[in-house]
Amino acid sequence: MATELMPGRKRLTTGSVVADLAVIGWFVFSLFPIVWMVLLSLKTSAEQTSTYFTFSPTLENFGTVLSDRGTALTSVDFTSALLTSVVNCGGAVLVSLVIGIPAAYAAGRWRYRGSNDLMFTILSFRFAPELMVIVPLFVIYNQVGLFDTKVGLIWVLQLVTMPLVVWILRSYFEDLPADLEQAALLDGYTRRRAFVMVALPLVRPGIAAAALLAFIFAWNNYVFPLILTGSDNSTVTVAISKYLGGGGQAYYNLTAAAAIIGALPPLALALTIQRYLVRGLSFGAVKS
Amino acid sequence: MTTTMDETGTREHRHGGTGGTGREVKPVPAWRRRLRPYLLSVPALLITVGILYPFVLGAYYSVLNYAAVRPTPEFVGLDNFKTVMSDPIFWTSVRVTAVYALVATAVETVLGVGIALLLNRSSIVGKIFEKVLILPLMIAPVIAGVIWRLMFNPQFGILNHVLGLGSTFNWLSTKTALWSVILVDVWIFTPFVAILVLAGIRSLPKEPFEASDVDGAGWFYMFRRLMLPMMWPYILVAVIFRFMDSLKIFDHVFVLTAGGPGSTTRTLQIGAYEDSIINLNYSVGSTYMFLLWALVFLTARYLVSVLGKAQKRAAGSET
Repeated sequence: MATELMPGRKRLTTGSVVADLAVIGWFVFSLFPIVWMVLLSLKTSAEQTSTYFTFSPTLENFGTVLSDRGTALTSVDFTSALLTSVVNCGGAVLVSLVIGIPAAYAAGRWRYRGSNDLMFTILSFRFAPELMVIVPLFVIYNQVGLFDTKVGLIWVLQLVTMPLVVWILRSYFEDLPADLEQAALLDGYTRRRAFVMVALPLVRPGIAAAALLAFIFAWNNYVFPLILTGSDNSTVTVAISKYLGGGGQAYYNLTAAAAIIGALPPLALALTIQRYLVRGLSFGAVKS
Repeated sequence: MTTTMDETGTREHRHGGTGGTGREVKPVPAWRRRLRPYLLSVPALLITVGILYPFVLGAYYSVLNYAAVRPTPEFVGLDNFKTVMSDPIFWTSVRVTAVYALVATAVETVLGVGIALLLNRSSIVGKIFEKVLILPLMIAPVIAGVIWRLMFNPQFGILNHVLGLGSTFNWLSTKTALWSVILVDVWIFTPFVAILVLAGIRSLPKEPFEASDVDGAGWFYMFRRLMLPMMWPYILVAVIFRFMDSLKIFDHVFVLTAGGPGSTTRTLQIGAYEDSIINLNYSVGSTYMFLLWALVFLTARYLVSVLGKAQKRAAGSET
């Protein structure tokens, strides 16, 4: 009936059972690949292609992936890729915060000429085809020695992290009543102190959400490190894709273990900011 | 944009409307107050210019004949555009990209709205699953590609086994590859549409629904006449994000098929990758990207104008 559209009334009807079954159907589809990946990561090399569900599970693969033994077997140095990803993404988010917060504050607090142009230019980076920027950068980086460096990647990751930080935080600063800072100014605070002591603490959840979401997307990014790094500063995403490439013996169980390790940081971070996720993912367009 | 600052009507002025207030203890000169937003934006502006530089350079490459084998390029006008647009493989890429973006966005929108509606009911099953809804979305698309490539494997992959397709069905053959990469896109990104729409539904006012329930309106009538118009802006935001992203899809497709077999999954960005990074012909790759960028830009303009109208209409239907 009509009230089904809005929650409230609880009844067990054929309709609600069918709806529940549909929900379960989606989640079987949605979770099955992840479950299978976990199973695969627990198999030994002998079992990886020979069995589906019955095997004796072992955690050995995770150790192998993170050790020199794994590097020797697969020629993928996963531990150093992990480290590189942490440094790159941490660095990229930090730069975006330091540069983005003032700009987001200015755009959220005042209407000034050019404000919208700057904001939409920054947003357009999010939607621009990456290779349009990467191809020239590939040439430039090779000339100036930034190819396969962390600095080079932190710079280009601004395309991912900057629009997120600026747009999410602008929407938070917009929601903040200007009267609060006004009151602080009347109390004799300087503009800067009013910002640091009043505005900034109030948008702390927004800053955390923006920072973590930016970190997730920087971490998950593939196309920038694929083209702009070589073997020295390969990231997690590139390392994982390398397990499948090349000839020789295939280590599917190691691939699965590496994929799980690589997927864990974003998943853990996403769960901690679940409340702010919708607002972040829509760049502040949908507030929940 | 840096010259005139006359319309810097700051919001603090508008708020402190009742005479005399808004005066600071230590008055800051007006010119400094006007300059403030600009000064705060300077670092972001510099980064923006820094990013626009390679972007403009990329556009410039498309009128040169720049390649690794030709380190001192010459100006060739629109030759690259002529070459690219008379090359059948470019049109294959355009077709693949168009089919990919349209089908993936359509399927994800329908499924995402459906899932949002289902999860919006207060059911225990829904509550449990809502927590894990976003898992595929937060896994890197590359990792999703790796997972699905292993699952698609005809010999030991789990899909053929579970679905009883034997070991001969090939998910990544000439005929099936495009649909398989779209399937993976649906797996990753449907939750994106679902959580946006779900947040939208939950923010809707309850009164119109209660009122029309009292009036005896049916489920379908209420959905069509009340819920859909009010939800439409949220759906459109999700559609815009998905469609724009699908036009430049790369990650999981590259891992799954690298554009093959043949060119059946060669999207525009994969085409540009082949030309500029593998063949090291920067100008041809940049021409691809310039055309894709133009397509993305025009589509964005159109979709955002549709969104603006929908938001106005939805606001109207709420009052």
